[in-house]
Amino acid sequence: MYPAQFDYRRAGSVDEALGLLQEHEDAKLMAGGHSLIPMMKLRLAQPPVVIDIGRLDELKGISEAGGSVRVGSLTTHADIAASDVLAAHCPVFAEAAGHIGDAQVRNRGTIGGNIAHADPGSDIPPVLVLLGASVHLQSPSGTRSVAAGDFFQDLLMTDVGEDEILTHVDVPALGSGTGSAYLKFEHPASGYAVVGAAAAVTVQDGRCTAAGLVVGGVGAVPTTVDVSSLVGTDLSDDAIAAAASGLDAEDPIGDIFASGDYRVHVGKVYGKRALAAARDRA
Amino acid sequence: MTVSIQLEVNGKPVQAAVEPRRLLVHFLREDLGLTGANIGCETSLCGACTVLVDGDAVKSCTMLAAQADGASVTTIEGLAQNGDLHPLQEGFWEKHGLQCGYCTPGMILSANYLLAQNPSPSDEEIREGLKGNICRCTGYHNIVEAVKYAAERMS
Repeated sequence: MYPAQFDYRRAGSVDEALGLLQEHEDAKLMAGGHSLIPMMKLRLAQPPVVIDIGRLDELKGISEAGGSVRVGSLTTHADIAASDVLAAHCPVFAEAAGHIGDAQVRNRGTIGGNIAHADPGSDIPPVLVLLGASVHLQSPSGTRSVAAGDFFQDLLMTDVGEDEILTHVDVPALGSGTGSAYLKFEHPASGYAVVGAAAAVTVQDGRCTAAGLVVGGVGAVPTTVDVSSLVGTDLSDDAIAAAASGLDAEDPIGDIFASGDYRVHVGKVYGKRALAAARDRA
Repeated sequence: MTVSIQLEVNGKPVQAAVEPRRLLVHFLREDLGLTGANIGCETSLCGACTVLVDGDAVKSCTMLAAQADGASVTTIEGLAQNGDLHPLQEGFWEKHGLQCGYCTPGMILSANYLLAQNPSPSDEEIREGLKGNICRCTGYHNIVEAVKYAAERMS
């Protein structure tokens, strides 16, 4: 399978990439190419121009400062999964990245490309929504940030504007006493999440003081479950099961492998298990 | 249009002008005649096209040749040294880690990457490391044995 013909430009800086984006209508940015190249081979995407941003070192890397971890958009899933900084401050992020595809895919795929593609079966979006991450975008007119919860708008649709580049995500560090977990029901062939549940709970003196659960794969965008009923409880299995059963999706996605109703059901089960795993790590 | 690329393939410098849409696997197979990297699923799932790019295992069906400009690429043809099989090649031979052999080049390069990261992996770690490579013949048991054989000899 070949992609349709396109012109190739390689950007040497973010500014040059922004200039090329302005210059070429309908151009697409390519980092690792692990979302875009498959789309182009299937001819679902036929951009006239591809702007290769894969060598922009300024967009790579993971650093912590002031209680927040910054992950550059060109950071690969392999580097996220192996990051000591993330393991210390946002372990659920590294955990989810380690579940993406396989070793080869994680070596090429990047966080920026992953979330800009916004596949509902991706492992990262629910984690970013759970953690309250912000997504940072740059355009010729300046920079802006958008909350992860607002970034994902619909199936394969995000808040990235045509003239913007996704530069990095900032993820608040999880505090002490907080446990987190990502559990995935994986499609056996594609490796995508049929359902992926990201959970975090904070425990002080044996009582839950904060809890969160976000489930991917059920809706077009990550589904946040209201688990506030857990606050003040001792996080018993019963309380967790009741909270996770609150998962609701108005119009769940379904396909030949898993119907919408089935995804909601599995989402409740995996949500329960993710909450319990987070509790056990708190 | 064409893109000028310079890279190193199995230790030898290569220079070429490629169409932007030229995939690395086609460049290796058709332009360089290195047919060890196989084309299987063409959808980044089966791993038959796995090669090393700057030491990282990647699926060459999901990478543009233009993206490999400046990189060092290793294919199965680059593993044997002076006619001596690489310990992984030897392991697949000794442990009967293949039947039809179609997945083998990709398996060996993925295993090579795994052993570079983790020189003495457990059975489970080998299976996880080779998750991106599908074999339809062996049931994987002998592939795991082959990787363990190589790990012992490489340590």
